Amino acid sequence: MSVEIVIKNALKKYGENVIIPDLSLDIRPGEFFTLLGPSGCGKTTLLRMIAGFNSIEGGDFYFGDKRINDLDPAKRNIGMVFQNYAIFPHMTVRKNVEFGLKNKKLPKDQIKSRTDEFMKLMQISDYSDRMPERLSGGQQQRVALARALCIEPDVLLMDEPLSNLDAKLRVEMRTVIKNIQHDVGITCVYVTHDQEEAMAVSDRIAVMNAGVIQHVGTPKSIYQRPANIFVATFIGRTNVLNGSVTVEDGKAVLNLCGYSAPLPTVAPEHMKGQDVVVSVRPEELLLNRDPNVPGIKAVVKDAVFLGLNTHYFVKLSTGEDAEIIQESSIEDTLAPGAEISLGVNTDKVNVFLADGSANILTGVKNDLKA
Amino acid sequence: MAKHKKFEVWTVISILMLAIFLLFMVYPMFGLLKQSVISPDGRFTFEQFGKFFSRSNYTVTILNSAKSTISVTLLSLALGIPFAYFYCFYRLKGSKLLFVVSILCCMSAPFIGAYSWIMLLGRGGVITAFMKNTFGINIGSIYGLKGILLVQSLKFFPLVFIYMNGAFKNIDNTLMEASANMGCTGVSRLFKIVMALSMPTILAAALMVFMQAFADFGTPMLLGEGFQTFPVLIYNQYLGENGQDYNFAATLAVIAVVVTAVAFFIQKWGTSKFKFSMNALHPVEKKPAKGLAGFLMHLYCYLLVAIAFMPQLYIIYLSFRKSSGAIFTEGYSLGNYQAAMRKLLMRSIKNTVFMGVVALAIIIVIAVLIAYLVVRRSNVINNGLDTIAMLPYIMPGAVIGLALLIAFGKQPFALTGTLTIMILSLVIRRLPYTIRSATATLMQISLSIEEASISLGASKMKTFVKVTIPMMANGILSGAILSWVAIITEISSSIILYNNKSITLTLSTYMAIVRGNYGMAAAFAAITTVVTIASLLLYLAVSKSEDVQL
Repeated sequence: MSVEIVIKNALKKYGENVIIPDLSLDIRPGEFFTLLGPSGCGKTTLLRMIAGFNSIEGGDFYFGDKRINDLDPAKRNIGMVFQNYAIFPHMTVRKNVEFGLKNKKLPKDQIKSRTDEFMKLMQISDYSDRMPERLSGGQQQRVALARALCIEPDVLLMDEPLSNLDAKLRVEMRTVIKNIQHDVGITCVYVTHDQEEAMAVSDRIAVMNAGVIQHVGTPKSIYQRPANIFVATFIGRTNVLNGSVTVEDGKAVLNLCGYSAPLPTVAPEHMKGQDVVVSVRPEELLLNRDPNVPGIKAVVKDAVFLGLNTHYFVKLSTGEDAEIIQESSIEDTLAPGAEISLGVNTDKVNVFLADGSANILTGVKNDLKA
Repeated sequence: MAKHKKFEVWTVISILMLAIFLLFMVYPMFGLLKQSVISPDGRFTFEQFGKFFSRSNYTVTILNSAKSTISVTLLSLALGIPFAYFYCFYRLKGSKLLFVVSILCCMSAPFIGAYSWIMLLGRGGVITAFMKNTFGINIGSIYGLKGILLVQSLKFFPLVFIYMNGAFKNIDNTLMEASANMGCTGVSRLFKIVMALSMPTILAAALMVFMQAFADFGTPMLLGEGFQTFPVLIYNQYLGENGQDYNFAATLAVIAVVVTAVAFFIQKWGTSKFKFSMNALHPVEKKPAKGLAGFLMHLYCYLLVAIAFMPQLYIIYLSFRKSSGAIFTEGYSLGNYQAAMRKLLMRSIKNTVFMGVVALAIIIVIAVLIAYLVVRRSNVINNGLDTIAMLPYIMPGAVIGLALLIAFGKQPFALTGTLTIMILSLVIRRLPYTIRSATATLMQISLSIEEASISLGASKMKTFVKVTIPMMANGILSGAILSWVAIITEISSSIILYNNKSITLTLSTYMAIVRGNYGMAAAFAAITTVVTIASLLLYLAVSKSEDVQL
């Protein structure tokens, strides 16, 4: 069974210190939803408000139609996976997994069959009688997931569950988590500061900063059409350059570092001449070895060959620094000091108001309620 | 929207604890303070403080206590630190044995050591007689300051060793290597790095030795003779030949608390200058102890431990010797034990075990609850509880005994001479240590484990019972055994509170010694020693680690 989570005007304060001023959010039934943001942005605080471990100073939280603000955490029917797994160290794997079922006072045979089912699902049946200290990090993670899922919770909450694992295991476990969530079909709220991990697992992502949600959308939409400059810089790498938009014959033109190119995707309400900030991702700068070709003039400062791609660090004619990613070619890598010309992929770049607060292009999908 | 603070069971427990503490700790301490400024005829006066400071035969006890306590502290550090250094940084042969025997030494009842040393080195002691008869050497008297220093520093250096062992093990090997890398090795590294890093622990160990040595009543009582120390003076005022003077004894008790409080704050102030914490990822690898230096290290460690442990073995040996009164005669028998049987041995054992078990149970329950309140429900009341519970830490046993006597010696609480008041004093004396270790254990348990339990549908109480307590169990159990040992070797407060019905093993031992019944005393002492050793071996088996929390 999967439920919708609705948060209306949530407020969180510690004393006079406001962590989350006013936050509203809809999480759809059965969705894998991720709260993503830098540390200290309030994402774990929000998750713990949903779980009931943090007090709620204002607003309303609903699971489906049921308001849960004052519901005891033990009665919210949530599954929770913690950063340090929080496996009970004095109980065997089986005892850990069946702990929640026993609290539900299910009949013995049902506890056993359900425990067996979820241990099998998480592939930990072989360790059922082991004590947790004899398990690896990945195995403990599986126990934590089995334990959280086997009570058939309405929602599954995960607080940076992969951050204690090594890089390889992290990639493996995020696939496991994604698949299990998909199979069980449970509404899942996931907290992470790792944007690649968020992209890999999520149906939708909410990017948070300073207690405020900046953008809610699919991984594709927040990467390709970020709602503001914060989202553009936080998700993936990008070069932020100053430029301007001019309108000639009803058509917008982007002027960037002495180079101009038509910009066909400006939203009608922003169609006017103005200064802008432009987010150009490294792969959206097109490198031309001939400096005389029209484009942004630049000088190579450093080059890093990484196999599939080659990264160039360049200084633009305006004095700004920029990074370029180019698919490695068979030619020699450009040496520092080489003069080059840069084109811009105007289909992909994002253009924001001069204060960075909003994207002026069409195609921005932000599910955040204004 | 207002906060919905639900009324929970911990609030009730918190209030209950406060009531218990007010009645059994604050009220007696307040009573003591009151008594100290009330003259026997009921006036408010500072005359008694005046009386103390105007007479040199009183003030000299403070000087004596200061002299012996400070000397003992320094001596114990001087003996214990090199011992710990050799133990931690070199691969000594039989190091496990050294460790176990050290623990056995420092947890024994101190006055039994004093008694045994009298049997060895006192007037008519075996070594004294041997030296005199064989070599014609007069080794001099061990009574007075010398004897107290000998007995106490041999008892307390293992305490320093156990503390330092913990500190040295937390020094990360990379720090040693980094120091070597920058050209600082050998003795210079020992002082600049190793000792500097261990400074907080050295101060903690020094305070512990100071407190225990200052409060020790049995050793100076048996060995001091003309050299009277403060706890002995308190006891004599309370039950001396010159008749009882509760009020003056209370005044003395207040002065004693002031002394220990000053020591406590000096230590706190000293420790605050060293604010860093260490946790070794790569513990220092022990070096082999080879050559002459290695031989000397072994010699030092084994000789020290052997001398410290000798009194306990000698007492057990003596208990099987034939005796009559104060004289041991040729041959062996169980006569001493038979004499002890006639002199309340069974009642002493029964009382000791009964009071130990009950006191321990109460201590554990209170300590776990207080630890939970302090760590998980931190607020003004609960932190206040923690502070009150720590007060007995700076109160010598005699002071606690006296305070309880004043508070509960008359209606409506006529508890004098009952087992209840004895248990009460044991609980109060031992509570600070157990609360410390319970709090430390709980702090290491991540809150998210309890949250996991709650998110899986367990109530708060069920979480506490099924998750929190089992996870604390190991820490509590090992702490409890040490408390048990401390309880069965306790004498300084119970000597003020006991009567014939509530006599314990240590009290029986002490009484037999005082009455000059040396054979019987040996039997009592041997039983106490064996029970202590057995408990400690159990502790070492249970805790499995060398991290002894005192």
